[in-house]
Formats: sequence, C-alpha cells, structure tokens
Amino acid sequence: MTAVDDRPTTEIGSARLRKEDQRLITGRTKWTDNIQLPGMVHLAMVRSPFAHARVSGIDTAEAKALPGVIAVLTGSDIADIQGLNITAWPITTDQKAPDHLPMVVDHVACAGEIVAVVAARSAAVARDAAELVDVDYEELPAVLDLKEAATDAVLAHPSLGTNKSAFWQLDSKAGGTGGDIEEAIATAREGGILIEREYRQQRLIPSFMEPRSTVVDPTGDQVVLWSSTQVPHLVRFGIAATTGLPESKIRVIAPDVGGGFGGKLQTTPEEFVTLAVARTLGKPCKYTETRSESMVSAHHGRDQWQKLTLAAEKDGTVTGLKVELMCDLGAYAGLVGGGVPVLGAWMFNSIYKFGAYQFNCTNYYTNKTWVDAYRGAGRPEATYAIERLMDELAAEVGVDPMEIRRKNWITHDEFPFASVAGMTYDSGDYEAATEKALGLFGYDELRAEQQRRRESGDPVQLGIGISTFTEMCGLAPSRVLGSLNYGAGGWESASIRMLTTGTVEVITGASAHGQGHETAWSQIVADRLGVPFENVEVLHGDTQIAPKGMDTYGSRSLVVGGEALVRAADKVIEKAKPLAAHMLEAGVDDLEFAAGRFTVKGTDKGIGLTDIALGIWTGHDYPEGLEPSIDADATFDPVNFSFPHGTHLCAMEVDTETGATTMRKYVCVDDIGTIINPLIVEGQVHGGLVQGIGQALWEGAEYDEQGTLVSGSFVDYTLPTAADTISFVTDHTTSPSTSNSLGTKGVGEAGTIASTPAVVNAIVDAVRHLGIDDIQMPCTPERVWKAIQSAGGTTDAAPVADAQAHFDEGAPNQDPAAGTTDGAGQ
Amino acid sequence: MIPAAFDYVSPTSLDDALAALAEAGDDAKVLAGGQSLLPILRMRLNAPEKVVDLGRIEALRGIRDGGDHIAIGAMTPYSDVVTDALVQEHAGLLAKAVETVADPQIRHRGTVGGALVHADPAGDVGAPVLALDATMVVVGPGGERTVGAGEFFRDLFETAVGDGELLTEIRIPKHTGWGSAYEKFVRVSHQWSIVAVAATVRLEGGSIAEARVGLTNMGSTPLRASAVEQALVGKGLSDLESACAAAADGTNPPSDLNGDADYRRHLAAVLTRRAVQRAMGG
Ligand SMILES: Cc1cc2nc3c(=O)[nH]c(=O)nc-3n(C[C@H](O)[C@H](O)[C@H](O)COP(=O)(O)OP(=O)(O)OC[C@H]3O[C@@H](n4cnc5c(N)ncnc54)[C@H](O)[C@@H]3O)c2cc1C
Repeated sequence: MTAVDDRPTTEIGSARLRKEDQRLITGRTKWTDNIQLPGMVHLAMVRSPFAHARVSGIDTAEAKALPGVIAVLTGSDIADIQGLNITAWPITTDQKAPDHLPMVVDHVACAGEIVAVVAARSAAVARDAAELVDVDYEELPAVLDLKEAATDAVLAHPSLGTNKSAFWQLDSKAGGTGGDIEEAIATAREGGILIEREYRQQRLIPSFMEPRSTVVDPTGDQVVLWSSTQVPHLVRFGIAATTGLPESKIRVIAPDVGGGFGGKLQTTPEEFVTLAVARTLGKPCKYTETRSESMVSAHHGRDQWQKLTLAAEKDGTVTGLKVELMCDLGAYAGLVGGGVPVLGAWMFNSIYKFGAYQFNCTNYYTNKTWVDAYRGAGRPEATYAIERLMDELAAEVGVDPMEIRRKNWITHDEFPFASVAGMTYDSGDYEAATEKALGLFGYDELRAEQQRRRESGDPVQLGIGISTFTEMCGLAPSRVLGSLNYGAGGWESASIRMLTTGTVEVITGASAHGQGHETAWSQIVADRLGVPFENVEVLHGDTQIAPKGMDTYGSRSLVVGGEALVRAADKVIEKAKPLAAHMLEAGVDDLEFAAGRFTVKGTDKGIGLTDIALGIWTGHDYPEGLEPSIDADATFDPVNFSFPHGTHLCAMEVDTETGATTMRKYVCVDDIGTIINPLIVEGQVHGGLVQGIGQALWEGAEYDEQGTLVSGSFVDYTLPTAADTISFVTDHTTSPSTSNSLGTKGVGEAGTIASTPAVVNAIVDAVRHLGIDDIQMPCTPERVWKAIQSAGGTTDAAPVADAQAHFDEGAPNQDPAAGTTDGAGQ
Repeated sequence: MIPAAFDYVSPTSLDDALAALAEAGDDAKVLAGGQSLLPILRMRLNAPEKVVDLGRIEALRGIRDGGDHIAIGAMTPYSDVVTDALVQEHAGLLAKAVETVADPQIRHRGTVGGALVHADPAGDVGAPVLALDATMVVVGPGGERTVGAGEFFRDLFETAVGDGELLTEIRIPKHTGWGSAYEKFVRVSHQWSIVAVAATVRLEGGSIAEARVGLTNMGSTPLRASAVEQALVGKGLSDLESACAAAADGTNPPSDLNGDADYRRHLAAVLTRRAVQRAMGG
C-alpha cells in the first residue's frame, strides 16, 4: 500500500483547459487518415453480406482489369503472412476459441468479415473494384440468438463442435470469502425473501467518433504501422506474435485518435490485412473504414442474459446473491473478449455486505459481430443487475429503495473492507456521497410530486431511480492478472527527459485517444518538478518513442500510469540531488527541494532543476562515479485496484399515453479520489453519463433473421446527441485511494457504469404502481407503452427487427440479397 | 463512402435542365439539396450516369404571394420556409412541420421540392402539404401541368413527377388565420418521424369550423385523415378525444425497430388529439 502524498500542489486540482484540444477540435493534426505517403496505395475491403457461409470461389478478374487497380488479394493469397487476431484472455485453460483470421480463407462466421481486398491508386478506384469482385458463397445455417446458441442445435463454427467457449465460476464458499450460496437461497426460500429475475444486457455499438484507419509503410528497415487504436503496444505484440515479423522490425504509432470507448481496444483484422498487403506489394498502404463498415465489423459490446437470485431476510438484509450469465461473444473471442463479463465477477456484490456469493459465466459463440470491451466492460452489466435488484427488494419489503441500500452497504468505518468476492476495498464513504446527492437532488420534494401525480392520475408519471455504485479501476496488478490466466501484465511506465533549455519531455506508455493525458500529465509533472505547465511536453502512442506501455483502457491511465510518472519524477529529483550538492558545494543532507529548486538549508544559495539539466548536458563538471544524466524511467505495477464509487439519482417522466420518457433531473456525486483536473473529470463524467443513458433509452444493435445488422447506420442505431440530454448536476466527495501516491481512483467509466440502472430504475419506479417491475433495455417508448398495456405481465417485447428505408424503394441500408454475387455488401 | 463516378452538369435555366435530362434519359438523376440523393449515391444504392444539379437555377428558389395562394419554388431550402413571413401567416402548418426536419445543417441544404419528389413516407413535408390542399407545378418536355397534392403521392418513393420531368413550384392556398400544429414523435431529436400528425384548424367562436389533418408515416404515402376532419367540425377543446380516436382507420403503417403497426396506430390517435388541441391554442 502506498501512502498518499500530501505535499502542496498548485497545478493538481486546477481546471486547466486541455492543451490538446486546439488541434483535436480543429482537426489540424495527424489523424491516421490524414497521413499521405509517397506512392501510397489505397485499400477497399470486400466483405461478406452473409452471417455464415462457405466461400466456394472468388473471381477477381474483372476487378483486376479496372484501370488503377494494383492488386486484388484473397485470404489464400496472404494466408502465410496475415497473422492472427489474438485473444489475450482465455478465461480458462480449456477455453474453446476458433482461429480468428484477419481475412477469411473459406469460412465466414459473421456478416462483415473480409473475404478479399483491393489495392488501387485511389480510394475511389479501390471502391469501384471492390464492387466487381465476384464471390461465390454457400450459405450455412446461422445461429444468431444467444439462447439458441446454448443448445448447440446450429453451430457458429462447425469445426469447434460446440458453441460454448468456456465456463468460469467464482464461489465465496470455495474461495473462503463468504458462505454457501445454496444454503442462503434455501433459507430465504423458507422464511425470507427471494428475488429471482432475468435481465438482458443488449448488444451495443461503441460508436467512436473517428472511424478506424490504418496506414502501413513497409519501405524502410522497420515496418511502420499507424493506426487509430487505443493499444499500439498490444498491436505490436500481436503482429510480432503471429505474422513472423520480428518485434524489433515493427513500429506501431497511434497518432491522434478520435475516441475508442473500448472499441479500439483490439487488434483488428483491418490492421493485419493492411499490413499483409503492404508487405506483399512493398508499397505504403492506407485503409480507412466507412461508418457502415465500422458498425458491422468493429467489435460490439455487452450482450448478456443475466439470471439472478437474491436472497434476503424479511427485513431486507441481503444474505446472498447468485449470478448466472450467458454471454454472446459473437463470432470470435476478441482481445479481452471472454474476459469482459468476468470483469463483472467482483462487482455484482458492489457496495454491499452479502453473506454468500456465487458468480457463474458461460460464454457462447454466435454468427454475429464479435463482442469485446465497451466502456465499463463487465462492470456496467454487474452494476445494472445489482442496482435493479436492490430496487426490486425494496419494493418487496415495502421500503424506500434508499433505505434498503443503507441497510446493506459497507459503512465508512468498515474500510478497508474485504468483499465477499475477494476484493479489498481500500477507501470510500457511501454515506457522504449519498447525503450530498440527496441534497442536490431534492429527493423529498420529488417523492412528494410523484405522490401527487399518482393520486391525481396524471397521464405523465414521475419516477426516481437510484444507483449507488462502485467499480474496480486501475487495471491491474500483474500478479492478479496472472492468476486469472490473462496473457499480459497490468503495469505502466513513464520516462522523464530533462531537456537542456528548460523544457521537459514526458513519455508515457498509456495511449490517450481523447482523454486529455497531455494536460493532466503536464499538471502532475509541473507540480512535482516545479517547472511551468507550458514547459512540459507529453509524448505517447509510438512504440519507438514510448517503447514500454500497456496503453489506455479500464480507467487505468492516471491510476497506474500517473503513479509511474510520479515515481519517474521523484527519481529525477533523486538523481539531481548529488549534482546539486556538487554545484552548490554543500552536503546532500543539507539540501531541500521545493518549487523546482534545490536550496541549502538556512542560506539563500540554490540552483534550479533545469539549470542542473543544462549543466549535466555539458558534462563539464560533475562528481566522479555519477552518470551524467538526470533523466529517469519508472515502471509501476499496482498492488491493488482502486474503487471509485458514487451515488447517482435520476428523475424520469413517463408519458403513459405514448410511452415516451423524458429526463427531468440527474444528479451524481462521485468519489474518484484526488482530482487532478476538475474540467477533464467533468468531461469524463458527462460523456460517461450520456453513454450509460444511451444504453438505457436509445441504443441497441439489432439483427434480422438472416443475421444482417439492421441497426447498421446512425439512422437506425439511435445514438443520442447533445439535443437529447439535459444539464447534469455533478459533484464529488473525496476519499483518496491508497493504491497510488496521488490518491486517484479513475473516472473514465464511472458515469457509464452508474447511469444505466439509475435511468431504468426511475422508469420502472414511475409505473410500478401500475403493476410493472421491469422494462427491457433500451426502454423505447413502444416497450414502455406495451408494458403499461399489459401491466402486471412481463414485457420482453422484442422490437421488430427491421429498419425503415429512407432512401430507395426496396433498398434497405444493407441488403444481403444484393450481395449475392458482389461481395461489397456495405 | 465514395459514389460511383458520374457526369455532373449544373444548368442555370429550367430549359437547359430539361434538355440535360432529356438527353440522358433514364440514366440521369436530379440533384436538389442532396440530403437524400447523396447518401443514396454514397451507399451505392443508385449509380446514375449523370447528375443534373438544380442549384444554380435562381428561378426555382424563393417564396412569393400568388394572390389566393403562396407559391414556393421547389429549390427553396427548408430554413427559408421556416422563417418566411408569408408562410408563417398563410401556411403556418408548413413552417411548423419543416422546423422539425433533422437539424440546422440539413435544413439549410434540404429543399421542399426535393423532399416532396423523394416522397419518403416518414418525411415531414408531405403531410402538411397534403393537409393544406397544395397544388404542385410539374414541368416536362411536354410543357407544364399541375397536380393536386391528393394525386401527387403515388407510393413509397413514388410521385406524379415522371422521368424527365421537374417539380418547379408548390402552391398553397392561403389558410390565413388558421391555427396549426405539427406533432412529431421521435426517440432521438434528429430522427425521421416514427409517426407525426399535421393539423390545422379554423375556429369560430371557440369551436372548430374547418379542420385539416395529415398523417406522416402511417402508410406508404402521406395520408389525409378525412374522417377525423369531418368529425372535428363543431367540436371544442374539451371534446376532441372521440373525434380523433379514428385517426388511424384505414391506414397501413410500417413495423420496424421504432415500433410495430399497432403501436403506430395508437400513436396516431394520441398525436392527432394533441395536434388539434395545440392548433386550437389549447
Ligand atoms: C441525417 C438526415 C436526417 C433527416 N431527417 C429528416 C427528417 O427528420 N424529416 C424529413 O422530412 N426529412 C429528413 N431528412 C431528409 C431531408 O429532408 C432531405 O433533404 C429531403 O428528403 C430531400 O430533399 P433534398 O433537397 O435534399 O433533395 P435531394 O436529396 O437532392 O433529392 C431527393 C430526390 O428528389 C429528386 N428531386 C429533387 N428535386 C427535384 C425536383 N425539383 N424535380 C424532380 N426531382 C427532384 C432527386 O432526383 C432525388 O431523387 C433527413 C436527411 C438526413 C441526411
């Protein structure tokens, strides 16, 4: 455990405008698609319109004949060099996983898979030629529904013999962290309360702003790959591990990247295909996807059925929770893939004290787009389930849902707390966050209004939703990852170079893609080394400049990477100290360091750190035996996760005549430990909230019976915009984390994790008096209205999986039939 | 998303445009604001050999007073319609409906004529034009003809405007002093209508003397709820419910991700009541 540092700060805590925003917002920067290289060739992918098919022939002659086309390559042409899209986390040693070839050789397992690639002198010619590639498909029966997949009646990968990928369990009795779940359930069944529910986590599309793009230059001694990715280091590893290219011959650069939300936490088929074509042709190649391609071929998120059994005493004291998940991996196990739902294993028990706990997770393959991390990854699913259940328990007991939480949560004096799932929560104060949130919300007034509307039979009803959440951030202690069969570590690295003329270069292994690392890292270094904020330059996202890194996801950058940075800074000071003593002709023990200067105690003699940097660069005069450098590197491997928490309160109005829902008020008080930059935190919280609300109300990836993604464009995948949201009230309480010296906990996912159940709880609360206890997400007006119509019954009304055509008669956005002979379905 | 290659012409007169169309025959497409055509081309749902851009034909743009009607040039962008004083005074319903189309960028590009010829049943221009008994002016090689709104919409994406013809003007009889409202039901703000109802009423002494009601996305074309219009005559603010209940009679709405046909029928009745209520100032 690391003691929290309490030295005075001036930069940390200041709401600095982000230094990267000027270039990111104007676009005058290096997005991958902006890169132009001499002689660069443009690629277009030919993708399967079918969910499950055998490729029996590909005729490329016509495409090759088009003027401007340089090559048309198929899976067999690049089979030897294309490599493999890797899985870093087989959740069990016997996990079944089909090989995920970047380009299909003969078996298509989901619509959107790449079956051929065209290289041409312009992107337009490449696209024209892609339309001319004639692919013969033999359609195979496709398995699309998760529950049907579990029966193995139709196989997504016939060669695998089953759709089941793996089963993973965590049991509190077996692990010695709690009681026997079956016993708790049996007791509750006898004389207590048993809440049994099944919830659906719909499939979501990460919808990052910048579509993915890759440029590969094979012409130098090293192959350079630029990609719009969250994980340049992992991409480099994946290429080295599977293509035969030595790691030292590969340089991966993530230039400015326009968002990811987990959707770019992947090694993608497109990256590998672009690399293979570039190596084959010996020319620089660029591939940039269209939005339609992105929606069908970049990995999706969530997609679970959650069967839940909550055991409690009659007064509402929870005695146990049993979780049984069925998870749809889609066609392949992705980079984190099967591990995503497992990340929820430690979070279903959330902030509560449960006597017994069991988590079961079974992963299945289907013939749909692969599923992997999406903002929150595993924890939103867990938080949704438990926060919905706590509301159901409150209804059963007949008390206010906040009361049931108070009864069961860990109190502030119980930290550090060993949870029933085996985690040690280091710090937190749920009471404080809740009190603050209730005050800001006007809880009692809104409850009174709800009562009035119920009594008057107002067609517009009001509901209040609570979500008291925690999450585990700061992925991750490497030893823990090792024990979970994860294929990599969870450390992070940082380097500091003191330049000769007073400025400082900071290198971080975390790879920002919109988060604002450059600003926050500069603030930390400015405080630590006493140099001006403006004089700090943060470099990242290039394996040549930042050779060591585990990249950015899981709210880890600041919590893990920030601590590495602090340690590197402290090393700089340590290394500079004997030099300062030498230059000041004083003893090391007589020196003090503050505000960027070493001074001799009790005198006015002193020297600045940047002067030492210049002095040591000349190397003219320094003590023998010392190395002439004050630059430093540090690698930090955390010993524990961090556990942000918060209380989110949401008021929703429900128009019972139409089923339309309107957000009335949203208040959240998050405890994310020490705040480095409040403005960046606001941005993360607001964006996170909208993404979580998006799952509750609007978003859902829907397939039709043929396995065509119906919500394959933003016409049908209803992503919210600013116009759909209200002004949120956000605030904080602070109990610093003890796992890093800055006391930070992570904020990247908090809003997304907490908001979804707050919204759904509010909607259900608005209509609970009508006999409704669940509405499936997204809570569309149609679903809400139908729930009201069939009040009392359950409402799993599936939407009609059809999109309305806005463009042409009989030409929906993606028509599998149209792709029978032309491969270019998108 | 890159469209297939095409030839592009931008004539400055109606005659030149018609000549360009005649020359290209079936292989030409007319470009107005491009807000529907460009997505079609970029997604390669259509690949015309020639695109005839009407953007430089000044005569097709603008709104003028035609005496008993107002005349709107086919190439007038939505944003002009929303803010135009003549439209607001004499065809308030159209201004209110157009205000709900997409977002400001699209309203600056998209045109009233383009929307009508595109004839997306979920589009917001058809229902008010139908409810206001507009007349379309269509010009072709054989000269000019007028088509009543009731005959204009033929089917999904199909109108009375034939190959080689152009819609040039929309004439809307003045509905001066009529109250109006457009009730558009969507899940997110920038969406096409799931269902929408266009209502405009003339009041006499607090009750309805005349009513016009158009429905958006309740069938393959915009529809007129004539039975409701008749039932509304003589009604006051407090007794609209039963007159509006039949709004969905005889309609054939689609079923899709946003709602099935039954749900849409229900919405039509609720939205009709709300639209009429608001049109009455209630
Ligand atoms: C993101 C998005 C959201 C949208 N949301 C909505 C919405 O909420 N509600 C809504 O109503 N619409 C919506 N639209 C569609 C928009 O209203 C279009 O502008 C409209 O459908 C077409 O008008 P246009 O001027 O852009 O026509 P274009 O796209 O240029 O042309 C459309 C069709 O009409 C033909 N055409 C155009 N003008 C003429 C003419 N004078 N004579 C003969 N043929 C002609 C063209 O050949 C083409 O086939 C949306 C569009 C987008 C891109």
